[in-house]
Amino acid sequence: MTDRDRHDRTDENRREEEAQLRRVWSNPPGLGYWTSVNNTQIGLWYGSAAFAFMLFAGVLALLVRVQLAVPDNDFLSADLFNQAFTLHGTVMMFLFAVPIFEAVAVFLLPPMLGARELPFPRLSAFGFWSFLLGGIFVCGSIFFNAAPNGGWFMYPPLSTDPDYSGIGADIWLLGLSFIEVASIAAAVELIVGIMKCRAPGMRINMMPLFAWYLLIVAGMILFAFPPLIAGDILFEMQRMFDWPFFDVTRGGDPLLWQHLFWIFGHPEVYIIFLPAIALMAMIVPTFAQRPIVGYSWIVLAAVGTGFLSFGLWVHHMFTTGLPQISLAFFSAASEAVAIPTGVQIFVFIATMLAGRVIFSVPMLFGTGGLAIFIIGGLTGVMVALVPIDWQAHDTYFIVAHLHYVLIGGMLFPIIAGVYYYYPLIGSRKLSDRFGKIAFWLMFAGFNLAFFPMHITGLRGMPRRVFTYPEGIGWDWLNLLSTVGAFVFAAGVAVVVIDVVRPKHRQSKGEQNPWRAGTLEWISEPEENWGVRSIPIIDSRYPLWDQPGLVDDIRSGRFYLPHAREGRRETLVTSVLDAKPIQCLRVGGTSRLTIVSALSLGGVFVALTFHWWITGVLFGAVTLAAILAWLWTGTNDIPEKPEKDVGLGLTLPLYISGPQSVGWWGMFITMVGDGTAFGSLVFGYFFYWTIHEDFTAGISGPGVAWPMASLAMFVAGWLTMLLARWVNEKDWTVGTRALLIAASVLTAGGGIAAFAGPWSFAMDPQAHVYPAIVWVLVLWLMAHAAVGLIMLFYCLARSLAGRLSAAYDMDLRNVVLYWHFLTVTAVTTLCVIGLFPLAR
Amino acid sequence: MSIFPREIESLWTLFTAPVVWAFHFLACYVGMALYCARRPAGLDHDMLRLGLGAVTAIALAAIVVSAWLAWRQWGFGTDDPPHDDATRKDRRLFQGFATLLLSGLSFIAVIFTALPLLFIEGCFP
Repeated sequence: MTDRDRHDRTDENRREEEAQLRRVWSNPPGLGYWTSVNNTQIGLWYGSAAFAFMLFAGVLALLVRVQLAVPDNDFLSADLFNQAFTLHGTVMMFLFAVPIFEAVAVFLLPPMLGARELPFPRLSAFGFWSFLLGGIFVCGSIFFNAAPNGGWFMYPPLSTDPDYSGIGADIWLLGLSFIEVASIAAAVELIVGIMKCRAPGMRINMMPLFAWYLLIVAGMILFAFPPLIAGDILFEMQRMFDWPFFDVTRGGDPLLWQHLFWIFGHPEVYIIFLPAIALMAMIVPTFAQRPIVGYSWIVLAAVGTGFLSFGLWVHHMFTTGLPQISLAFFSAASEAVAIPTGVQIFVFIATMLAGRVIFSVPMLFGTGGLAIFIIGGLTGVMVALVPIDWQAHDTYFIVAHLHYVLIGGMLFPIIAGVYYYYPLIGSRKLSDRFGKIAFWLMFAGFNLAFFPMHITGLRGMPRRVFTYPEGIGWDWLNLLSTVGAFVFAAGVAVVVIDVVRPKHRQSKGEQNPWRAGTLEWISEPEENWGVRSIPIIDSRYPLWDQPGLVDDIRSGRFYLPHAREGRRETLVTSVLDAKPIQCLRVGGTSRLTIVSALSLGGVFVALTFHWWITGVLFGAVTLAAILAWLWTGTNDIPEKPEKDVGLGLTLPLYISGPQSVGWWGMFITMVGDGTAFGSLVFGYFFYWTIHEDFTAGISGPGVAWPMASLAMFVAGWLTMLLARWVNEKDWTVGTRALLIAASVLTAGGGIAAFAGPWSFAMDPQAHVYPAIVWVLVLWLMAHAAVGLIMLFYCLARSLAGRLSAAYDMDLRNVVLYWHFLTVTAVTTLCVIGLFPLAR
Repeated sequence: MSIFPREIESLWTLFTAPVVWAFHFLACYVGMALYCARRPAGLDHDMLRLGLGAVTAIALAAIVVSAWLAWRQWGFGTDDPPHDDATRKDRRLFQGFATLLLSGLSFIAVIFTALPLLFIEGCFP
């Protein structure tokens, strides 16, 4: 065989491999395209939908500004004005700021980490469809004059009163709960993806900073969103069934909502800000043409901000009459968070000083945004001081502050990211000229709109008033703000035009037009396979430091260059040193994700309108779809135990337990679930704190039933541990018997938990004490019910011959669920059964 | 396959000092909030301040320990950042350095949180 022959054969092999990969990763034709679960498509759809919602909310802001342009204006009615600003805030926060980062992450992370796909592609798709449906539901309400109108933080008692807030409040609560589910799904996907799916060799000291930030942000979501979900549950129970959680006359307290909302709401600001800064951490080194200065300092800043941001929530509640000593703790923490925030900005400045900066459009947006953000940060330091906040609270000063923070810290960096990463979508850059025009319109318009609001606020104009009388010093400031808002909007319009204008006459540029050093630029926009072969990484900026890398990747010289078995595959690596441990088969195109998301959406919509039977029907469809999804798409038993992934490496195709991505997915989900539960327990003790006798003389659930329930739940847990052990010995009959025993114990535990409050006739409408006991019990029962479904599922798998010692992922993940269920049961039952005795 | 437990353990060490900060913060806030809401007999404000002062000292000591461990992991500063080599050694040095930085931030943040105890002599209201 001559060299020429060998060369031809290699070429032929290569073409064959590429054909395989293309076939395996292709999207279905026609309408089937929408069943795609590929990260590239999901990322794009997610991002486009979030941008569309942003434009919608922007139009609402313009309506608000028109109304406020002149005194005594009647452009909008007071009620429509309320709906417009409520929806503006809600949509910008929940439908744009958080989802856009999920979109960018889903789109960018796989190529950036050198992975072919994130570990749970169908979960991403499910999250997207949930988000889209929930978003349309919430946004659409304003066209029926039914939008929420109580402000984006929905304070009771205004929002719990059906006379003041119609169905809008329900739409807010249920629509957004649905979207929060999507966010938690994204958090699971991102954490597992970043920890377990990095290219071999990409140790944690080489991880792109974007991934570091996203890891922290996803962790924050797990602890920030669940308190809001818990709050939503209490709120909706009050609106739907008159359980008096926030009604002072029956022992409730509106402040509990403020606590739960802001335990979510303040970290949320950083959940929005950190990913945007993460984009800057990718953009700045490229245009400074050197590695970032102070990589470890960025990690410090990301982790430090992530933690400290949870100690700030009460600074939104400085005027609620809490003890000043409490306020001072939060004031101190609010000042402390300025340290890590400042570190990031200094790192960027240092990187720019140390390199030779190319002032491109992304840098323009990035640095302009940082300048705006710094002003917002400084006013933030001001209002973190209690005495200043008492003056500025609920005035336009706060409106100015929060827009400086969010637009400078989030929107500008996102636009920078759009200009920077656009070539990854279609190999063509956006226009420099359009970009510069857009930047200056947005920058000038923004400052013209929002800077005067500082003064309007200090002159006493409260936020959320729909009009004001003339001659009290607010007139021309408001007019300026309105003019600025339209200039700003014109800038946004230029960006939109630049993005959507046809570009087929523009020649396709090179793959890496900015000469960036990070791995996401290996992505091939024409191909769906993510990376052609999974590389070995030995640098933070592999495209700068590893010569020939792109060519080697594209020639298939690294891992998994083929898809011989016709399956979508990626590598799983170890957390710290990224050593390959598994060849993971991920889910492909599926309709089940859409059906699950739409039917779950149906449940939430039905609940909003109190269509109980429809709700139950949709619930049944959701359950069936999710079970079908699990049955067909998870715990896939491979046709052979191992696979040659190339370069002489053979990896197992099946792993269960703490090394597997499925176990991690369950663990992370349950951490979020546990946080929501913790928030409900916090509610119980909150009521105990504020009342001399929080039971108000009402009988509790007694001790006998809760303790009986406790015993059964603990016995159920031990039975599950035994079942896992017996299954390891491959004794199928024993495993099945133990699963049945565990289900009996769990069902018994749930019934006994119910019997406590039931037998003492605790009436949840009478007072907050029975109501909070019932909520905890219902939470436990719901989890026991989910556990039962899991048990029956394992039993069914066993009967189908798909649960054995070798293939035990289902059982191990269910046992993990049981650990959390047991903690929930022990906590709930001790709190409701024993605490009333001990107080 | 013993890699996993060791790994997860060492990944968590990065968060030690911030977790100490979080517990200290909760102790100060919850302690004072409960005291101010319930005013239990037999406990006055100064006693609580002293108690939380002790908690602060313990928290700071814990952070110092965490910082020392991090310093050791960083090889007592014998190597300079950026620690970007593709080696297990550099990965550990990076972890040590980042943990040390976080310990510093947490130390300052604990002091920030404790300052109100020093200056504010009551619940108000």
